[in-house]
Amino acid sequence: MSVSLLLAVGVLFAAGTVLLLERTLTRVLLGVMLLGNGANLLVLAAARPGAPPIVGVAEPAEMTDPLPQAMILTAIVITLGMTAFLLALAYRSWLLTGHDEVQDDAEDRRVRELAERDEGSDAEDLDADVVEAPR
Amino acid sequence: MLLGAHLVAALLAPVLVRLWGPRAFYLLAALPAGVFGWAVTHRSGEWVQPWVPGLGLSLAFRVDTLSWLLVLLVGGVGALVLVYCARYFAPGTAGLGRFAAVFTGFAGAMLGLVVSDDLLLMYMFWELTTVLSYLLIGHTGEARPNRRAALQALIVTTAGGLAMLVGLVILGEHAGGYRWSQVAVALPDGPLLVVAVVLILIGALSKSAVFPFSFWLPAAMAAPTPVSAYLHAASMVKAGVFLVAGFAPMIVAAGGAAATVWRVSAVGLGLVTMLVGGWAALFQNDLKLLLAYGTVSQLGLLTAVFGFGTAGAALAGTAMLFAHALFKAALFLVVGVIDKAAGTRDLRRLDEWGRRAPLLVMVAVPAALSMAGLPPAIGFAGKEAVFAALLDAGAPGRLVLAGVVAGSVLTVAYTARFLWGAFARRPAAGNAVGPSGVGGSLLVAPAVLAAAGVAAGFGAGRLDRVLSPYADGFRGSADHLALWHGPGVPLVLSVLVVAAGLLLFRVLPAGLAGPRPGGRGYERVMTGTDRLAVEVTGATQRGSLPFYLALILLMLIVTAGPAMVAGWPGATAVRMWETPLHLLPVAVLIVAAVFAVPARRRLTAVILVGVTGYANAVVFLLHGAPDLALTQFLVETVTLVMVVLVLRRLPGHFSQRPGPWRRRVRVGIGVAVGTVMAGVGHLAVSARQAVPVSQAYPELVVPLGGGHNIVNVILVDIRAWDTMGEVAVLVAVATGVASLIFRRAERLHRRGPVETPTDPPRDAPVWLMAGHTVEAGRRSTMLEVVTRLIFHVIMLLSVYLLLTGHDTPGGGFTGGLVAGLALTVRYLAGGRYELAAAAPVDAGAVLGAGLLVAVGTGAGALVLGGQVLQSAVLDLHVPLLGEVHVVTSTLFDIGVYLIVVGLVLDVLRSLGAEVDRHAAAAVTPVPASARKEELV
Repeated sequence: MSVSLLLAVGVLFAAGTVLLLERTLTRVLLGVMLLGNGANLLVLAAARPGAPPIVGVAEPAEMTDPLPQAMILTAIVITLGMTAFLLALAYRSWLLTGHDEVQDDAEDRRVRELAERDEGSDAEDLDADVVEAPR
Repeated sequence: MLLGAHLVAALLAPVLVRLWGPRAFYLLAALPAGVFGWAVTHRSGEWVQPWVPGLGLSLAFRVDTLSWLLVLLVGGVGALVLVYCARYFAPGTAGLGRFAAVFTGFAGAMLGLVVSDDLLLMYMFWELTTVLSYLLIGHTGEARPNRRAALQALIVTTAGGLAMLVGLVILGEHAGGYRWSQVAVALPDGPLLVVAVVLILIGALSKSAVFPFSFWLPAAMAAPTPVSAYLHAASMVKAGVFLVAGFAPMIVAAGGAAATVWRVSAVGLGLVTMLVGGWAALFQNDLKLLLAYGTVSQLGLLTAVFGFGTAGAALAGTAMLFAHALFKAALFLVVGVIDKAAGTRDLRRLDEWGRRAPLLVMVAVPAALSMAGLPPAIGFAGKEAVFAALLDAGAPGRLVLAGVVAGSVLTVAYTARFLWGAFARRPAAGNAVGPSGVGGSLLVAPAVLAAAGVAAGFGAGRLDRVLSPYADGFRGSADHLALWHGPGVPLVLSVLVVAAGLLLFRVLPAGLAGPRPGGRGYERVMTGTDRLAVEVTGATQRGSLPFYLALILLMLIVTAGPAMVAGWPGATAVRMWETPLHLLPVAVLIVAAVFAVPARRRLTAVILVGVTGYANAVVFLLHGAPDLALTQFLVETVTLVMVVLVLRRLPGHFSQRPGPWRRRVRVGIGVAVGTVMAGVGHLAVSARQAVPVSQAYPELVVPLGGGHNIVNVILVDIRAWDTMGEVAVLVAVATGVASLIFRRAERLHRRGPVETPTDPPRDAPVWLMAGHTVEAGRRSTMLEVVTRLIFHVIMLLSVYLLLTGHDTPGGGFTGGLVAGLALTVRYLAGGRYELAAAAPVDAGAVLGAGLLVAVGTGAGALVLGGQVLQSAVLDLHVPLLGEVHVVTSTLFDIGVYLIVVGLVLDVLRSLGAEVDRHAAAAVTPVPASARKEELV
């Protein structure tokens, strides 16, 4: 593994993470793409560079390790699927709300406000005042 | 066997009730009656059937003296209460079938509880009774207090049950088995036993409503009266007492701190309960509540007596247990009769019942005598025995005796209040309700119970012989139970108690509102828990996606980071670059990635990210991975097209920028993650010791996989399961994308333009089938011509890549992507109608066909006797073509190809054509004015 590849992996992961932490879905999508590229490079770096792993074209001793390649190939196509799905989400979000920002979860926000007001939830049957003797 | 019958009966009960109405209870009563009959004829028994050997859990049942007594009660009282139910409930009462089922099931669970020889089995029945009692108490769940009472009973007893489970596990794990016999001989010692004892006591006391858990029982009077008579007099609340009685011999024998803790808490809390409950009972106006507080009081007495742990006390306890079940069930049923006939249980509104319902009085009085501890009922013999046993037990005994005597005084007083309240003539009773025909048959069950109490009193000697084996488990000897001991201190005490009790009743004013013990603590605990949950949830569930992601990534940094530093290899040879050529794409990649982060325009950011992808492809190529390079180029192109298709509609700039502080935090996290990942990568690669598994692949792929391209053989053969999972994901993604974009189901179904385009004009040259549908200003003849020329060539290339992929770079993925690009070009040149013309099929059908081919290939190998997805080489002799060399995994690759084509087609239809349609139909976002201020 070489310093140059490591550097590339590090930069891709760093840039991808920063974008992933954004609220704009398009940016999140770009972050996922960068992270995917970084992960692929990381896996690739597990193998030394060499000749293409095709029998008959090169001697087995000269070939690079084919297993990481198979994994990366799978990963590339999965990333394509991810990208398509996130894009659809971003478009849908824009269509419904006029932007593609990820909102805070409404229910979580409600609980948070309860906590800030030092109140309990309105769960039923907890706060009856007296033990009434029912008929 | 009888347990199984209960289960079956519980399942059948709703049907029976529907068929016969309340009369079905007569049939159901036969079952507990059978249990009773068994108990009359058998005094002991044992039955073991292994169940879960891995856990050492067996269906072990055993009947000894104590459990025999409870079996007798569970069966006998159960049968009588069911008979009572048959008349108590009017035909057509809502939910009666459910009630019958739950009640029968409860009787079975209770039976199981008392005969289980395995502690874990007993615990299961224990919780079963808890859950079923919840359903019974909340039977009329429309009223809020009823629901609340049921929930309260459930929470209190379940919490206690969980504590008990921990205690049982401590004992069982120490003993190496959960049978009573195993646990009894191998108790732990020291603090461990103390902990176990306390936990088990918590379970027992909560179930038996002993202080500080007493409050749930009076509230549980929301249950229908038969339920109160059975659960809250004879069976369920006895479970805790039963547990105390069961553990008492072994723990008292173990001695030490545990025995002290046991005795002090059981006896102390029992006495407190007896006094508080008895006192509270004195002030009740509701006859049922009066009995409920009386039950609390009596349960306290029983706990104290059993917890005391001498032979005499044990014998007296069993007698009292027996007596209490009989008289309390009888009295509850009497109250039920009054309630049903008068429509009220409030003693201020009852008048003249004594004179008008003499039968009822004849039933109630013997039971009440037993409750007060007067001859000739069994209650008298029991109470005398308690006094005698405590007198024999030295100074601590006398201390306890004082408490019991005081409690007994209260018992006499509230018994008097009960009789007076139910039957006396009172001048002050305004709008009083008199009796209106008390059904005779309704009285059968309480009458039998009351008579049994008296009969047992006369038969105390016989009862003594039957029950004394339990007392033999303790040290010391017990006096014998008898109705008449002759003059002595106990008799004197009895007389004093009765006199004092009657005096107390006379002295107290009639209509006082009494104290309601307990309940406040429960409420505080419940609301406290609720508040804590809100605070914790509010603090941790911020609801913000970036917050969650940041937290996860921070965990990665703080866990993997230090590990990376600690395991850093000393001096390893690190190259600066793989080959100097690598440096160019790496440099481009780094620059593009860094500038993609702050980009403000969507398109700029997308293109920069795309540049990193292409640079990646170059690195792959230089590394010796032509398949990867090819795929990456194609995927990057498809991705770019996809993103640009959507970006047409989205605003050009990102909507907002985070503040500088947030930005710094994000960049900090990003840099840390990048550093950690690069370091971990380096560490993982340099820590490698084993020979790569793929070293053997070059020799294997040709003979076994039938191909020369190792990467492709790995994908479609060696790791074909992986690929199978992946294409399944792709199908799901394609479907998801389409469902997000197509907003109407019927459009989604077709996934193609519905409108038919106009006919092409006749005078213009036609390059593309739907070229004329594009607006004139956007049409590009050049693009149309080129598309016309290259489309079929590209399609041919894709098939070539697919079929030769096994031996040279290519395969299903690359082939599919190339075909997808061909379709993309058609779409870009001719619009959505052109796309429909180019691929006049449903994208879903293409995806489905691909999945079918892929799965079919895998399953085909299985059918032909190989492993799933195993490939075979076929050499076919085809006329005209000659020898054809076919590898079955190529079929699998065709499935992959179809799925990739389907995915691209679906994406084009959704993000391309359907979005076009939205634009044409001027579908615009919902006005977001109301949401603006919510943006963070």
